[in-house]
Amino acid sequence: MKDFLFNFKMPEHFFITGDPLIYGAYVSIILVSLAILFVLTYYKKWVWLWREWLTTVDHKKIGIMYLVAALLMLFRGGVDALLMRIQLTAPNMHFLDAEHYNQIFTTHGTIMILFMAMPFLIGLMNVAIPLQIGARDVAFPALNAVSFWMFAAGAMLFNISFVLGGSPDAGWTSYTPLAGSALDPGPGQNYYLLGLQIAGIGTLVTGINFLVTILKMRAPGMTLWRMPLFSWSTLITSVIIIFAFPVLTIALALLTLDRVFGFHFFTLAGGGSPMMWANLFWIWGHPEVYIVILPAFGLFSEIFSTFARKKLFGYNAMVYSMLAISALSFLVWVHHFFTMGSGPWINSILSISTMLIAIPTGVKVFNWLFTLYKGRVEFKTPMLWALGFIPIFLVGGITGVMLAVAPADYQYHNSYFLIAHFHYVLIGGTVYGCIAGLIYYWPKIVGWLLNEHLGKWAFWWFTIGFNLCFIPMYIVGLKGMTRRMYTYPAGLGWETWNLIATIGAFAMGIGFIILVWNMYYSFKHRQNDTTGDPWNGRTLEWMTSSPAAEYNFAVIPQVKGLDAFYLIKKERAAGVKEEAPEIKPIHMPKREAFPVIMSAFMFVAGFGFVFEWLQIGFLGLLGSVITMIWRSFNDYDRDYYIPVEEVKKTELAAGRRV
Amino acid sequence: METTTATKGYQPMEYKSEEGRLKIFGFWVFLSAEIVLFSTLFATYFVLVHQTAGGPAGKDLFEVNIFAMETFFLLTSSFTCGLAILYMRKNSMKGYLIWTIITLLLGLGFLILEIKEFSTLVEMGAGPTHSAFLSAFFTLVGTHGLHVSLGIVWVTSVMIQVIKRGFTPVTARKIFMTGLYWHFLDVVWIFLFSTIYLLGVA
Amino acid sequence: MRLKTKYAAIFLTMALLLSGCSSLKSGVLNPQGPVAKEQYDLIIWSIVLMSIVFIAVIVLFVYMLVKYRAKSSDEDYVETEEKENKWLEILWTAIPVVIIIALSIPTVKSTFKLEKSPSPNQKPITIQVTSANWKWIFKYPEQGIETVNYVNIPANVPVRFQLNAVGPMNSFWVPELGGQEYTMPGMTMYLWLEADKAGTYIGRSANFSGKDFTHMQFNVHSLEKGKFDEWIANVKKSAPKQTTDMFKQLLQPGVVKEQTYSSYPNVDVNRLDENGNPIIAPNSHQHGKSDDTEMKMDMNMNMDMNSNSHHNMNH
Repeated sequence: MKDFLFNFKMPEHFFITGDPLIYGAYVSIILVSLAILFVLTYYKKWVWLWREWLTTVDHKKIGIMYLVAALLMLFRGGVDALLMRIQLTAPNMHFLDAEHYNQIFTTHGTIMILFMAMPFLIGLMNVAIPLQIGARDVAFPALNAVSFWMFAAGAMLFNISFVLGGSPDAGWTSYTPLAGSALDPGPGQNYYLLGLQIAGIGTLVTGINFLVTILKMRAPGMTLWRMPLFSWSTLITSVIIIFAFPVLTIALALLTLDRVFGFHFFTLAGGGSPMMWANLFWIWGHPEVYIVILPAFGLFSEIFSTFARKKLFGYNAMVYSMLAISALSFLVWVHHFFTMGSGPWINSILSISTMLIAIPTGVKVFNWLFTLYKGRVEFKTPMLWALGFIPIFLVGGITGVMLAVAPADYQYHNSYFLIAHFHYVLIGGTVYGCIAGLIYYWPKIVGWLLNEHLGKWAFWWFTIGFNLCFIPMYIVGLKGMTRRMYTYPAGLGWETWNLIATIGAFAMGIGFIILVWNMYYSFKHRQNDTTGDPWNGRTLEWMTSSPAAEYNFAVIPQVKGLDAFYLIKKERAAGVKEEAPEIKPIHMPKREAFPVIMSAFMFVAGFGFVFEWLQIGFLGLLGSVITMIWRSFNDYDRDYYIPVEEVKKTELAAGRRV
Repeated sequence: METTTATKGYQPMEYKSEEGRLKIFGFWVFLSAEIVLFSTLFATYFVLVHQTAGGPAGKDLFEVNIFAMETFFLLTSSFTCGLAILYMRKNSMKGYLIWTIITLLLGLGFLILEIKEFSTLVEMGAGPTHSAFLSAFFTLVGTHGLHVSLGIVWVTSVMIQVIKRGFTPVTARKIFMTGLYWHFLDVVWIFLFSTIYLLGVA
Repeated sequence: MRLKTKYAAIFLTMALLLSGCSSLKSGVLNPQGPVAKEQYDLIIWSIVLMSIVFIAVIVLFVYMLVKYRAKSSDEDYVETEEKENKWLEILWTAIPVVIIIALSIPTVKSTFKLEKSPSPNQKPITIQVTSANWKWIFKYPEQGIETVNYVNIPANVPVRFQLNAVGPMNSFWVPELGGQEYTMPGMTMYLWLEADKAGTYIGRSANFSGKDFTHMQFNVHSLEKGKFDEWIANVKKSAPKQTTDMFKQLLQPGVVKEQTYSSYPNVDVNRLDENGNPIIAPNSHQHGKSDDTEMKMDMNMNMDMNSNSHHNMNH
């Protein structure tokens, strides 16, 4: 017992040393932490931080925290990408060695998918969905905070790997046996497993939360078929999350058992099956692709409709095609390993099921285009990003169909052709969707608009850079360059293309900097959104003030059809008299301390298991269980009422009639 | 929302508040995620069931007496758990407490048997690190066992809350949710029992 | 308009890509054997079909943006109430269906065709490929020789590569001769390739396998039949023999130069664990297919790599 409690086996390198990048990271981590501590203490902001942010259950604030985290992670993942591009600028470069390069592409992929794309979209869902369906909050506000803090704990854990113990280096797919303890000992790979596991729990809870919210908390009159497309896409995404994420949970748990406890799920010794990891990973992984694309589709639908000043074309077809995509998303996972000997029958069937996805996706693209038909298309920045998405996603989509052709995939698989393809769909789809959505909802989040002029600069830098960066990758892929090579020999005709790609990557970086600078610049030269409806929106979120009051709606609106707010505005313009509804006291949840505490314990548990200090690991788990029990005992009087007087005061202050 | 419920006639206490209805619905959704979780574990088990690496297989290890007893305990506890909820509906604190305590004891009995079974296997040298089959077996059955353990903790904690506060919409909702959870674990066990133990010894 | 110039630029780039200008004539777009040719034709066919989609969407896209962009003259814009158009929607569902049928038929045909020898009338040669950290080992079971990090094949003869891995998975890819297949530990995979003429083609691992994965590049030399036989005879005469210890040494992680051996030890690489050590199994009922007497040998002598092979020499 005593041995167990006090035995801390240190890995070979606890503090990672020997590289200027890492020393830079140490220094910046310490300086930034000190600066934050200083600012919080100096301005006496600790209580404010605790009351307003750490313990908040307000979906709007949780959304903001998700978005801030996602932007930070986009920066981190982007820096990873630039480091890789620098290394590949010319043949035989020595900027990074193989070990560093392997860690960097692993963290780049993992962070971008799980710690950037997911939280970005979940953040936008948090910001917009309750407003869009006319609700006061999500169904389970406290669990929503659990989701965020679990994600934050997972992301923190994953990110400290860079300085403590070493980053994972088996790729974001982490195929066994390479990712097993025999070939990849040490804490790096454990960070991947535990970081994703903890964040994954948060995502699953988000899925449940939004499913219940959308099914049960819509404003009166809003039937499913009157729901805006972003709500539909969130609903469908939630279903995919609920069915896909448990598979990831299991996959990660089994590999953790293999690595930390010597089980034999994926090791050849003992009769395990390395191939099983690839299956489990992609049974989750392919639906995951749609988890990050469908909400973006939803956002594009809102944006096209708003800025074309027209109803979305083919609303029903749009919904059915999303349903079709979500069903197909579970039936195509084998296309990630056509070349692992599944046999001609399986390859043929999965080839065709993959191509089938092109049909509902094509329907969506044409419906978006026809939304513009006879409309009045305004090129505001959110619309620019949405329009940019169409040709980029088109290229990604058609090359996706090319990849679906199994025999041809034998020539594309794991080459830069594949890399180019999935960046075209994931950046063109997800990242463009996130940025479009962020700019679109920005005034609703903070109450002022982003500068259009700078916004256009950011868009063009990013878009031109993006195409410069990734078109060459299609070409070098066909020339035989495979992914994850840390360097390449001269004379294969790859040099020029790689140089262009690096230039493009830096242009994208400049685009990102302009985007972030724009946030600061627009804050300095604030142009307040006093109406709450800066874009002439069509859905209920634009009916609230900007930013929306804590309770969202003083009175829950009545929905009479699709594009509810557009209908209301039309009635107002036609001079139909609105009944002034009576304001009642508003029922709200109190703030909660347990999500952040529980997640802190999970972080401790994760850290313990990463270094295989089981006593710490189990202590952390115990801590989070005790927190849950404590919360269960205090699960009474978790709500309060905002009195009518206060609601009226808030509404008047926001310039609203009461 | 408040008005629609009034028209529906009889409403059990746990369904009376909007919050109660939402949480129960959410819990059903959570259980469907749990089904996916266990299905994945079952799938890995069947992939690896013959990978014994020369070590013992199911038929060398599983003892009919023990798993029959485990099954008896858990199935009965599911029944008594149902009775507890029935008494809760009848507003009988005594009945609720008696049947809940019996449920807990049966659950504990199940757990003790399972822990004994596991420790015997480990002593025999058939621990989870011995072969892929044993890894999968211990993980699947152990995950269920872990759920039962958490269930016992949860049911106990809810029982204490009920003793302190009586039956309220909030405690009734909690009792109902622990009940759902307990029945769910019972259903999972039926699959475990029939596909792992029965097929294993067959 | 800037938008238009941008899309013109994209279009031009795509056109350049499609026209197959001479600098692209390498790798996948430079097929040098029947397998690569089959895949090349399929790739071109898919590009043709996809170009139809690409052009249709881009034309529509540009048209919508130019025609319906907000102008100051349409301040009195009134929104149309049109929500959908059944015929249009059927049209753009039906056309992709047709395109997908046109693509899936040759896809399925090729998928089955590539499972078989590209030249069924020719007697094939078998070469066993083993990837190990971080090198390629080629065994010629019919000739009894072994090469490391390069492979010589006879031109115009179908080659049946039999793929295995010790340690991590890799993927065996020679783009100019045909698509890749994974090498997997504990599992044998097959890949048919054939070169039309003599020449040297670059191959590499396409699946990340750790530290020196990048250096897993090798040359495939296709030799005229006579030259190939000459080379075999030469190797048999002058190259060193490979002992079990030398083979064990070769499996150690690292990068090695090209090597040639006139013989190789009898080791079943499917029975080696992640680190290249024999998998110790008290008895191997489940391993199946091989016969019992050899299994017993396995049980007794599993530390001796010479004895526990029964898959290798089954021809």
